[in-house]
Amino acid sequence: MWMTELPPFVPFFIGALIAAFTRGPVRSVIMLVIPIVSAIHLWLLPEGVHLQFAFLDYQLIPFRADKLSFMFGYVFHIAAFISIVYSLHVRDTTQQVAGMLYAGSGLGAVFAGDLLTLFVFWEFLAFTSVFLIWARKTPRAYIAGMRYLIIQVFSGILLLVGTLFYVTENGTLVFEYIGLEGIAGWLIFFAIGIKCAFPLMHNWLTDAYPEATPTGTVFLSAFTTKVAVYALARGYPGTELLVYVGAAMTCFPIFFAVIENDLRRVLAYSLINQVGFMVCGIGIGTALALNGAISHAFNDVIFKGLLFMSMGAVLHMTGRINGSDLGGLYKTMPKTTMLCIVGAASISAFPLLSGFVSKSMVMTAALENGFDGIWLMLLFASAGVFHHAGIKIPYFAFFAHDSGLRASDPPTNMLIAMSIAAALCIGIGVYPAALYSVLPYDTGYNPYDATHVLAQTQLLFFSALAFVWLNLRGMYPPELRSTNLDVDWTYRRFLPSILQRSASSIGKVDKAIRLSFLNGLNRFLGSLSRQQQGPSSLLSKGHPAGSMVMWVAVFLATYLLLVFIRQL
Amino acid sequence: MENEKKHLFDYPKNIKRVLHFLYISCALLFALDFVIHRHTIHSWENLWGFYAIYGFIGCVVLVLVATGMRKFIMRSEDYYDYEWQSDQAEKLKEDLDQDSHVEKDSKKGECNVDD
Repeated sequence: MWMTELPPFVPFFIGALIAAFTRGPVRSVIMLVIPIVSAIHLWLLPEGVHLQFAFLDYQLIPFRADKLSFMFGYVFHIAAFISIVYSLHVRDTTQQVAGMLYAGSGLGAVFAGDLLTLFVFWEFLAFTSVFLIWARKTPRAYIAGMRYLIIQVFSGILLLVGTLFYVTENGTLVFEYIGLEGIAGWLIFFAIGIKCAFPLMHNWLTDAYPEATPTGTVFLSAFTTKVAVYALARGYPGTELLVYVGAAMTCFPIFFAVIENDLRRVLAYSLINQVGFMVCGIGIGTALALNGAISHAFNDVIFKGLLFMSMGAVLHMTGRINGSDLGGLYKTMPKTTMLCIVGAASISAFPLLSGFVSKSMVMTAALENGFDGIWLMLLFASAGVFHHAGIKIPYFAFFAHDSGLRASDPPTNMLIAMSIAAALCIGIGVYPAALYSVLPYDTGYNPYDATHVLAQTQLLFFSALAFVWLNLRGMYPPELRSTNLDVDWTYRRFLPSILQRSASSIGKVDKAIRLSFLNGLNRFLGSLSRQQQGPSSLLSKGHPAGSMVMWVAVFLATYLLLVFIRQL
Repeated sequence: MENEKKHLFDYPKNIKRVLHFLYISCALLFALDFVIHRHTIHSWENLWGFYAIYGFIGCVVLVLVATGMRKFIMRSEDYYDYEWQSDQAEKLKEDLDQDSHVEKDSKKGECNVDD
């Protein structure tokens, strides 16, 4: 049947095209129907290579489906549907079209069977998503979007160069296990690392995501980093380096998150923290760890989306997003408050919510494989994520001191989108078997034994106790209007100032060289003119204008005479 | 504002209730350590109240270190604003304003004085 050969990105790209030329309810219906139809199509598909053709001497595989890509395919459909519902009230064609293309590109990437196709969608992800940032229409968003685009495109170039090396090393383009042998392995590793927000390469995320539109950030949080996690899971499972990289990713962002004022930036830091758990799981590489990493990616898309949606709703309704400006909103936004708390509890991995059933797999795998130090870091990060995302986000937005803002709950479509996400968080938490059944490996893992539940609950309640204690003692850092320096300081402040200084010193040297040359030339011409300054010499100043006129007259007269003679 | 209806946490009594609930839960959870037998993998997990104490200390350290970081990395809110306050950025801002149909003030008029 021809339908099986239709890669999942195609319906989304067609949808984007239609959305560009339709308006109002027609556009809304089309945008809602496409992810549903496409998801049904995906559900019915068998595993295997569904589309391939020869390109030059190589085999291109634009559509390959296996258990790993299916997992990401399903969650991308869910994310696309929720994000579309959430942004139904938006009357901005650019955003609607960019959102559809972006979701399609994410799907294209996870079903790409070869590195060249992956590269194409890798760049598509960058070029389509940047419009969701620019759509905010502020100078700050424009410049942040530019930085985002440059970094993303750079990641794509690394991927392309890595792919070229890979072809020469292995003679094939097929995207399977790559590993860190050879230049190709490292180049592709760093390309993925940038998109995955590895430490020191993470700043594009915390820089750009909070500058996007309220609805745009919800799209953004779902796709780019998860495509990178997918690529890592396929290309580098069991790479030990990833265990340490992942553990670092879980720990360092939480310090920034605690003192950050922009609540969507807090969530961006927390996004890196969650991706850290996935990277760590991929690095451990056992069946349980990989299952944990992939299912955590699945759950993270939903609960992180829910948190970004709740903060987007606050921004949409109040026009503010800084913790220092907000507070007391539970009085007038009770539904948003409740939904935000569900998301916050899910990301904190409370039992009976989705984060718990996936994160505990990575933690258990770390322990079982003798990564004791890593396990302690992950445990610290688990307590930390509850602290900054689980408590700080709802507390400073909806409770804390009364800011005097009296915004009502957001439009119905936003509430519906958040409710779907919240229902999924609870559903997966209560009945994890449904999620486990689509995972790549069968490990027979059961998260709900007394040991896990008690340990996690103790960890969380005592973290909450720490928050209360610090607050009552007045030791909790207040929300301050501020900018916190991060790695972006190097390329926004340090390098430009170095360049400016070196440019000005180069300018000075250049000026000195030119001046000395001009002086030399002057002196040479001066001496030349002095030599020639006699009364009748060539450059003599003694020639009056009259003599010139006379000579012209003589020439003309001679000419006239010659013509006259010729006439004779 | 004066006539505004009182909400859940406008009553200090309710805040106290939440806090008491938290204290009692913590005490109960700590006590459960002595009752429930765990299947442990790491020897530290056998320590009484390991997760509870680790969670508490972890969070306190996290907050204190983060607060300390403010000394080094905190700058004013407009620290990076120079990026879009140059002449080029001014022009960009005007373009963006035009896009969102924001009325511009008399700047244009001043430019046309020569006419």
